[in-house]
Amino acid sequence: MSLFGKLSIEAIPYHEPIIMVTLAVVAVVGLIVAAMVTKHKKWGVLWHDWITSIDHKRLGVMYIILALIMLMRGFADAIMMRTQLAMATSGAAGYLPPEHYDQIFTAHGVIMIIFMAMPFMIGLMNIILPLQIGARDVAFPFLNNLSFWLTAGGAILINLSLAFGEFAKTGWVAYPPLSELSFSPGVGVDYYIWALQISGLGTLLTAVNFLVTVFKMRAPGMTLMKMPIFTWTCTWANILVAASFPILTAVLAMLTLDRYMDFHFFTNEAGGNAMMYINLFWAWGHPEVYILILPAFGIFSEIISTFTGKRLFGYKSMVYASGAISILGFIVWLHHFFTMGSSANVNAFFGVMTMVIAVPTGVKLFNWLFTMYRGRLRITVPVLWTLGFMVTFTVGGMTGVLLAIPGADYVLHNSLFLIAHFHNTIIGGAVFGYLAGFAYWFPKVMGYKLDERWGKASFWCWLVGFFVAFMPLYVLGFLGMTRRLNHTNTPEWNIWLYIACIGAFIIMFGIVFQVVQLVVSYKNREQLQDTTGDPWNGHTLEWSTDSPPQYYNFAKTPVVDDIDAWTEMKEQGQAYQKPAHYQPIHMPKNTPAGVLISASLTVFCFAMIWHIWWLAAVGFVSAIAVFIKRCYTSDVDYYVQVDEIEQIESAHLSRALQEG
Amino acid sequence: MSAITPATLHALEDAHEHADHDTGSNTVFGFWLYLMTDCLLFASFFATYAVLYMNTAGGVSGKDIFELGFVAVETAALLLSSITFGFAMIAANKQKKSQTLSWLAVTFAFGAVFIGMEMYEFHHLIVHGHGPQHSAFLTSFFSLVGLHGMHVTAGLIWMTVMMIEVTRRGLKPQTVTRLSCLSLFWHFLDIVWICVFTVVYLMGAM
Repeated sequence: MSLFGKLSIEAIPYHEPIIMVTLAVVAVVGLIVAAMVTKHKKWGVLWHDWITSIDHKRLGVMYIILALIMLMRGFADAIMMRTQLAMATSGAAGYLPPEHYDQIFTAHGVIMIIFMAMPFMIGLMNIILPLQIGARDVAFPFLNNLSFWLTAGGAILINLSLAFGEFAKTGWVAYPPLSELSFSPGVGVDYYIWALQISGLGTLLTAVNFLVTVFKMRAPGMTLMKMPIFTWTCTWANILVAASFPILTAVLAMLTLDRYMDFHFFTNEAGGNAMMYINLFWAWGHPEVYILILPAFGIFSEIISTFTGKRLFGYKSMVYASGAISILGFIVWLHHFFTMGSSANVNAFFGVMTMVIAVPTGVKLFNWLFTMYRGRLRITVPVLWTLGFMVTFTVGGMTGVLLAIPGADYVLHNSLFLIAHFHNTIIGGAVFGYLAGFAYWFPKVMGYKLDERWGKASFWCWLVGFFVAFMPLYVLGFLGMTRRLNHTNTPEWNIWLYIACIGAFIIMFGIVFQVVQLVVSYKNREQLQDTTGDPWNGHTLEWSTDSPPQYYNFAKTPVVDDIDAWTEMKEQGQAYQKPAHYQPIHMPKNTPAGVLISASLTVFCFAMIWHIWWLAAVGFVSAIAVFIKRCYTSDVDYYVQVDEIEQIESAHLSRALQEG
Repeated sequence: MSAITPATLHALEDAHEHADHDTGSNTVFGFWLYLMTDCLLFASFFATYAVLYMNTAGGVSGKDIFELGFVAVETAALLLSSITFGFAMIAANKQKKSQTLSWLAVTFAFGAVFIGMEMYEFHHLIVHGHGPQHSAFLTSFFSLVGLHGMHVTAGLIWMTVMMIEVTRRGLKPQTVTRLSCLSLFWHFLDIVWICVFTVVYLMGAM
């Protein structure tokens, strides 16, 4: 047993030019960023105001930055796959050898679901949810910081796999027996396991945190049925996280025991049962897709009601529909493996349950349409994303109902039809939703709006690119092309593969324009500035704060008696009113404990991956030691004094009133 | 910064007390939610055990290796520790420091007996060639029971830390809140054990 376990210089893939170039670029960019931070003397700011921050708004921003970086990484994987498949037709080999290609499609799936979509969703929830319910912060601010860094730790691990060793070649579901030690002897699956475990822990803690926040910290008067709809859909998503992520933890722990200690949960030998993994995996995995989509539904609801200037149609049915989707989401997991030999009756049950989900989803679509009906829809970037979603997602939903028919699924299972379907719902639903939310709440967070022209250009590239890239995959599915192929030799598929590749490049322009939009908006931030804190004439409490909001959110806790609390305040002339007096505000202090615990656990995971047992012990024990030390630190809070609040609030109110 | 007047000082104290009080009930509620997620973790392992327990791969089954008498004593130790933790909480709520500490020590002793017996059982099985590597049944048995055992061990470590805290700081509201969380955790593990005892040992030995 060597000091560094299985880790040696051989683990660095220096013979792979693509990876080495990527690493070089990452290193150069990293050095440039570090140099910039040093030049502007911002290391202190970075540490004190961001890394150790327990302010939910700053954590939210960091989540979204993480999501955008991982979007780039995941998209790079996507475009490599599409170009490979466009080149490797008619028997050609293409430029990506199978063992590399297999890692790319696995990494693409894991990154886009776990490290792009989840942090994006959680980031938006972090920023907006406490503001919407009139709270000063979340219930456990320190835990919130820890959750973020655990997620970041997972992202770091998955990126380390690029430089040290390999990533899993199993597909993002890592089904055994392929993912067992006998068929995947490398460290790839171990990277997969530990990256998911550490970020999953972060997600679970976030859910518990936000559930307590929502149930215990709402502004006075805000009953559950007066909560803003985005808060409601996030709450359903958090309930789903709390109810499903433990299953992922369990199933990954079992796979770990199989791989590390020769246990027999899912092996071919000694009575193991691989189907148990697949059942448990999807008992988490299916609710997971609703975890992604429900908050997006909430974002669309907020946007549609804001930009039509109307109340949301059917608020209550929206809440109940979200609940129905959440519950149904737990009894459909078997539709991921209709072909694996359950009886016809079992398949029929899960097929029907799957189709039933279309009902509450349809309720939502009609609610959005009725909200728009006779409204005056302002066509802004967030609205474009919403309209694009309504069309795209409906198509994706209908192909989903098609797949829900077990008989049809026998034909379409594991074909590109399935790939087209879930990209149709995840891109057209979740990603469009987060990008809509990004544009909608950007001025709230940064204090200036995003440039509309580049935003619209980005939207159209995404929308058109999406259809060009994925509609051919439906066709290819019908033509019999299965997923995860490295090269093809069927000439009639070629044209569709070429079109799909073009689509991916159109989406690339969508992403490039998004970056351009950020740069242009930053340059023009003076003209785009939001002085009132309410740039869209919003309905809910987050728009009653300054943009960006004060670090304590609300100088005086608002009292609520309407779903559209801010609209009501504006109508009754209670908006922008200075209260008679302020009270000192009790605030938590920033702490490095979260990042230190997470760093220790990341070291622990890395050591586990490479079987460096002593280092694993060091990482684990130091994580616990930092946690215990944190528990016995008494200097954790402070008071914001009245005159400081007075100063900040007066400045905000005078700016807002000048504008209004 | 203006000078702090007695009135603002009073408001500060009020706010502080209020904040602490709120945080306490939030903490217990949050911890309870966490326990529910933990419950699902156990549920996953129970489900796996239910699927795999017949897959003995030609090796031993539950009937061959479970000794109900031994497990009954183990169970009694854990159940008694739940009662004694209850007494500790009663003492803590009455602000009786030394009584709290004594009951915690008794609870710890019962918990340690439980863990000691479990380790003996595991060791005994492994040396007789019935380790978790031998069949899916043994894999799922060791994992489910071991998962519970790891939780109890974590509980014992936590209890040690709490005993130090009570000794040094007394029974301030924050400490009592933490004790309440540990108490929830401990009783929860008791309930899980009752399921383990029934599903694994009783049904396995029948």
